Amino acid sequence: MATVLVQGVQLLLVLLLAPFLTGYVRKVRARLLRHRGPPFLQPYRDLVRLLHKEVVVAESASRLFRVAPYLIFSAVWVAAALVPTYATELAFSGAADLIVIVAMLGTARFFLALAGLDVGTSFGGIGSSREMMIAALAEPALLMIVFTLSLLAGSTQLSTVVAYMSGPDVGVRISLALSLVGLIIVGISECGRIPVDNPATHLELTMVHEAMVLEYSGRHLAMIELAASLKLLLYVSLIAAIFAPWTIAEAGQGVEWYFVGIAGYGAKLAVGGFALAVFETAVAKMRVFRVSQFLGMALMLGLLGTLLLFVSRTL
Amino acid sequence: MTLLLLLWLQASLLGLGVLAAVFVRFRATSSIVYGAALVICGAALSLAAAYLLGSGAFVERATLPLGIPWMGAHFRLDSLSAFFAIVVNLGAAAASLYGIGYGRHETEPVRVLPFFPPFLAGMNLVLLADDAFTFLLAWEFMSLASWALVLSHHREAANAHAGYVYLVMASFGTLALLLAFGVLAGVDGAYVFDQMRARPVDGRLAGLALALTMIGAGSKAGAVPLHVWLPLAHPAAPSHVSALMSGVMTKVALYGIVRILFDLMGPPAWWWSVVLLTLGGASAAMGVLYALMQHDLKRLLAYHTVENVGIILIGLGLALAFRADGAGPAAALALAAALFHVLNHSLFKSLLFLGAGAVLRATGERDMERLGGLIHRMPRTAFAFLVGSAAIAALPPLNGFASEWLTFQAILVSPQLSSWTLRFLVPAVGALLAMSAALAAACFVKAVGVTFLGRPRSAAAAGAREVDVLSLSAMLVLALLCLLAGVFPGVVIDGLAPVTQRLVDARVAPQLAMPWLSVVPIGEGRSSYNPLLLFLLIAVSMSVTAFAIHRLASHALRRSAAWDCGTPDASPATQYTAGSFAQPIRRVFGTFLFAAREEITMPAPGETRPARLRVRMRDLVWETLYAPIGRVVGFASHQLNRLQFLTIRKYLTLVFALLVTLLLALVVWH
Repeated sequence: MATVLVQGVQLLLVLLLAPFLTGYVRKVRARLLRHRGPPFLQPYRDLVRLLHKEVVVAESASRLFRVAPYLIFSAVWVAAALVPTYATELAFSGAADLIVIVAMLGTARFFLALAGLDVGTSFGGIGSSREMMIAALAEPALLMIVFTLSLLAGSTQLSTVVAYMSGPDVGVRISLALSLVGLIIVGISECGRIPVDNPATHLELTMVHEAMVLEYSGRHLAMIELAASLKLLLYVSLIAAIFAPWTIAEAGQGVEWYFVGIAGYGAKLAVGGFALAVFETAVAKMRVFRVSQFLGMALMLGLLGTLLLFVSRTL
Repeated sequence: MTLLLLLWLQASLLGLGVLAAVFVRFRATSSIVYGAALVICGAALSLAAAYLLGSGAFVERATLPLGIPWMGAHFRLDSLSAFFAIVVNLGAAAASLYGIGYGRHETEPVRVLPFFPPFLAGMNLVLLADDAFTFLLAWEFMSLASWALVLSHHREAANAHAGYVYLVMASFGTLALLLAFGVLAGVDGAYVFDQMRARPVDGRLAGLALALTMIGAGSKAGAVPLHVWLPLAHPAAPSHVSALMSGVMTKVALYGIVRILFDLMGPPAWWWSVVLLTLGGASAAMGVLYALMQHDLKRLLAYHTVENVGIILIGLGLALAFRADGAGPAAALALAAALFHVLNHSLFKSLLFLGAGAVLRATGERDMERLGGLIHRMPRTAFAFLVGSAAIAALPPLNGFASEWLTFQAILVSPQLSSWTLRFLVPAVGALLAMSAALAAACFVKAVGVTFLGRPRSAAAAGAREVDVLSLSAMLVLALLCLLAGVFPGVVIDGLAPVTQRLVDARVAPQLAMPWLSVVPIGEGRSSYNPLLLFLLIAVSMSVTAFAIHRLASHALRRSAAWDCGTPDASPATQYTAGSFAQPIRRVFGTFLFAAREEITMPAPGETRPARLRVRMRDLVWETLYAPIGRVVGFASHQLNRLQFLTIRKYLTLVFALLVTLLLALVVWH
């Protein structure tokens, strides 16, 4: 029963916090650039505004175009709810291990890319095509990192990985360091952040995600924006859960630990979001065809980490 | 009993072929032949399924007084043949159902109908054969029947070439397989499989048999670099035959590999798996990259067969490695993953080829650059094709992901392998597998997006009409099976237990006993996956969200012109095409693998001619491997050609010289 409650709280927690994280990163970035920036709650206001607006659908759009936003949102939401944020004891944690979570993001991406092609405009096509090219490198890189982690923890189950990482056997390992760098690169690319993509621009030839969703409006756009925020939250939670698992409440610990967990999670999001904003202001956007080298690095790091563990369990 | 019934069914298929040849002129023949094939395959399917679920451990044998006089034809049914018989007959039944509708539009039924039932019988007989002669006879029967079907539209120039290349490769493959059985049979010609099992070869001979098997059966399955015929021949056949060739016949070839490597050759050495893993990794990665470069829908699907055969070979290689190490449960896991993927690939690849056939019939086009927007005209076909694409792109909760997930789990237990070569090879193969899955997703976004979504690129695409009910039902049944096998993978994994028990003496833990129908292949806390729960979670959250938003916020909707940043262009030519969609991936991977070059010619300022972009790609496998062989053969036959135009005097001299040489050789020999 407790696990169902924990899972329910987590479902709501990620949903409520996701727009805040997006707003927070925007605010910090604006402050770093000496702008005032929009208020923290602006993403919520945007969502409410979009939800109440009429949807304008292109004449050439099919039913897939109208179903896809809900499907994408649900897939990302469920995936985000399966990453331990404040407690590992989630009712549905047995439903999906890390590989499945990666693949669920793949499902969302597949339908988003299809929706980009549905209207039959060149902007949608350019976005879909580039998104799939980035994914073709990011997904194997992510899977190699998953391999590294699960070889160490002896499990692909995220709750077990978290328990291992907060346990005494971890130590300082080269493979973990490689994975951390790789995971950050993958997260930046998958969430469409600078230097791979710029979430703040429209109508720039280098854009990826924003080009794909150009035809969306109203509640459909709200779902897509929310899914994008959830994805960012998911990656920050994933990095936090694996590499900073200390505050996450584990099975058998008291109720007070849940509150510690939530507070700790808030702190991790604050630090993660701040780091992201600093990184984004410090680097410049790269050309699309440089992205393959950037992500190829992540893939090589992941592969190297896995190889090291195949050679020796102590590396 | 089951075995004899199955053999009777094959005999009736052969008879059906003869009847089809006799009565081909009547209009009703087409429907009757496909209908009868559907009934026979359905019966064979249920027999095989009942055998596997019921008495899977009990082996049935039969010897018929056919074939070589002193040996007879041996047949045998065990759990492995029963599983593959399910795969073959399921695909065959779907193709026959589709054929009832599709076959009515065949322009030359005389070139298809007489060969279709024997093709099915040939595939089934390969599975049941229990001696080398019967096996090769059935194998060659299958090859030749499918060759005749490939050439059913022989007047198209490309098809004649495809048929020629296929015939050469198929003969070569059978030759290799013949030699492999020769090695296994030994000097005293023990051609019955039971004799081979009793006396396995080892050492260098085993290596030779392995190489010959991989050449013979691997070329039929389409493993890189022996795949060249496959993307030519599979698309050339009528679409339901393409579905059979890609979805089912490659599985029969894989059956040959499994039967020889796991059953006939005795205990494996660890380095056998290196061969399979290398071939598998290369096929998986190269197959999908080739597929991405195609704009012919059926050829794209054919290249994906190469990819999926690679994935299956990776699973088989892992199973061999674990078996050589004596790790039974891990071998069972890898083998179950491979065989599960065999079933899955037969389902979604048949579905996709049938969908491509529906598109071909509705528009007369296979070229994706001239399609588009078909989802409006053919919504049901589009839905079925979308399900198949999501399944082949390994998206949860569909079936393709379930088997790839199991393969990943098998890769993750491989650090326990004792061989250092394998410890380095397996992670690299894992990376290739992960990359091929991601690239497959990109490829099917392209296939679905360019063919079914967007706006029509030609008048044919704009005027397409949905296909008939029977063809549609064949596709929708396969789509449903893709979903069911994905949501209830435990059923398949448990069904495979007798097969793994027979081949590697171990099984994956019973899955249907797990709480909530979770899949827990290794152990609790190690890894688990519950597709049913995920499916329900996503479905519920989707409907609840949509319902809540429509009720509480807004449900207003307005149709309007596309936005496209305020400058929509009415011409459908401004859409992304298959070529432009693949361009980023071509630039990242293709410049090295295909020597892809883009040439852009811009007009000088003031000139009115259009700018041109030209892409050149080379098939390096063909150029480095096949073209030189072809040149050597051509040169040799050109030289030998001179012998045809000699005078009688010279022929007599030659014969005399040969006689003297042979006699001298005989003298020296003794």
